[in-house]
Amino acid sequence: MARKVSDTRRWTFTILAWGVALAIFFPILWTILTSFKSEADAIASPPKFLFFNWTLENYAEVQSRSPYFRHFLNSVIISVGSTLLGLLFAIPAAWSMAFQPAKRTKDLLMWMLSTKMMPAAGVLIPMYLLFRSSGLLDTRIGITVVLMLINLPIITWMLYTYFREIPGEILEAARMDGASLGKEILYVLTPMAVPGIASTLLLNVILAWNEAFWTLNLTTSKAAPLTTFIASYSSPEGLFYAKLSAASTMAIAPILILGWFSQKQLVRGLTFGAVK
Amino acid sequence: MGSITLKQVRKAFGEVEVIPGVDLQINDGEFVVFVGPSGCGKSTLLRLIAGLEDVTSGQILIDGQDVTHAAPAKRKLAMVFQSYALYPHMSVRKNIAFPLKMAGMDAAEQDRRVGHAAGILNLTDYLERRPGQLSGGQRQRVAIGRAIVREPSAFLFDEPLSNLDAALRVNMRVEISELHKKLATTMVYVTHDQVEAMTMADKIVVLRAGRVEQVGSPLELYRNPANRFVAGFIGSPNMNFLEGEVASRMGAHAIGVRPGHFRMSTSDGLLPGTVGVAEHLGSDTFLHVDLDGGTHVIARAEGEFPVHHGDRIWLTPQEGRIYRFNDKGLSL
Repeated sequence: MARKVSDTRRWTFTILAWGVALAIFFPILWTILTSFKSEADAIASPPKFLFFNWTLENYAEVQSRSPYFRHFLNSVIISVGSTLLGLLFAIPAAWSMAFQPAKRTKDLLMWMLSTKMMPAAGVLIPMYLLFRSSGLLDTRIGITVVLMLINLPIITWMLYTYFREIPGEILEAARMDGASLGKEILYVLTPMAVPGIASTLLLNVILAWNEAFWTLNLTTSKAAPLTTFIASYSSPEGLFYAKLSAASTMAIAPILILGWFSQKQLVRGLTFGAVK
Repeated sequence: MGSITLKQVRKAFGEVEVIPGVDLQINDGEFVVFVGPSGCGKSTLLRLIAGLEDVTSGQILIDGQDVTHAAPAKRKLAMVFQSYALYPHMSVRKNIAFPLKMAGMDAAEQDRRVGHAAGILNLTDYLERRPGQLSGGQRQRVAIGRAIVREPSAFLFDEPLSNLDAALRVNMRVEISELHKKLATTMVYVTHDQVEAMTMADKIVVLRAGRVEQVGSPLELYRNPANRFVAGFIGSPNMNFLEGEVASRMGAHAIGVRPGHFRMSTSDGLLPGTVGVAEHLGSDTFLHVDLDGGTHVIARAEGEFPVHHGDRIWLTPQEGRIYRFNDKGLSL
């Protein structure tokens, strides 16, 4: 039965919700607006909100100063690559934990997650030295592997949760029907878990795209993704807010667009199994 | 062919012994029902036959061949699950054809067999639908269709009707029985419902705590139960048990009388009591009677039997219809 909601209540909550949404979105909005200002307008006090001289010069400047497209390509390769590589390991791992659990499976899952609680700065020096001695510094393959390892616990956990929702009897039926383990995963499990796998993929691409700590520390130019591209604008020459904003806008635009088009899938994936 | 032999089949999950050792012979073409209260190990026994669980010790033979350690698909058995276990992302046609596809059968033969099975099960109009668009009964038929197309040597059913509503359950019960007549293939059927067991089985296997209590035809079990457990489990409503003086007068620890085997009188008889609830079903009346000794029994009377709550009644067990049990619960 629907609950009765008074008009005042409805209005209060609508305004409140919009307020919160705007507060969350404001930094992004401000960055986008600033990217169209001149450097002088960008630091003007009081700040100018909409009434300033709109200009595209920052974008032109950023384009000419650093190769946006190369960084963009690196970002795509690193985020998509690390996610696909992660799925390759996580699908069999999640399958075995969901359908052939051992006594310590729960502990193993907790332990995997606990690695996410470790402060990254604590292992930066050893990682850096390892990368240097094995020649992986500033290589796409090196940073891809690191990001895969960092996100692997989350990928495995998410897939594990989705797989758990699939009734074991269906897999047993497949086994009775003569499906080998490989065919069981290919024809029955994976198609049934597609919504879950898709949202895991999307979320991890976003996480890897935005990852800044390791990408900033382990890449400099050749393998540098968009995070490094942004950071290069908070340079020793001084802060250039407008150009920094233009760079940021260009960096977040692809992922924002991806997120916008896949939001239905993302939300469905994240709330998967909450209601049956 | 489809004979199944279990030799001292044992199953333990860690320390817990679920099936302490079962010997059983299922003949080709038989309809065998495993029945027992929940937790008695009947589903586990079926899963052992299917190969979905590994036996701890013992041997399983199908058509004389040792399949104890063979993979499920190698046993030539087909199984119908309680939850139907249909593949939700495939059409009915693909669901039914799946085992054939796994066997690498050519497309034309697949189509022929799917068409044949769909014909038998009245599914021809639903072949392009997804399982989600079907009713419970139709889904159950698809699950059976998926089992039929493989032309297995035996069918295994794991409580296939318990997710259906009462009316549909009766229909499907008849359909499965008819299917058995038509195919003449061995069927092993697990249920906790003794009515299903009585109406469908050629042979009933009554299980309790993983042990086979008795094996026999429905009427054999009804007429000659081996012990008190089987006597109480088979037949509806359940058999009444009386202990104490009445029993010892007949040289037994306890006697059993089925609800339909009492003579009833409102003036005299062997066992006086008071009517508690009278359930008038039209064709029958079930009387819940509190005997003067404190025992509660159920008696079946004809539909128009004129008694009501609180009336005095005398029950007399019919001669030759009394089951006698010793102190270990075994039939005398």
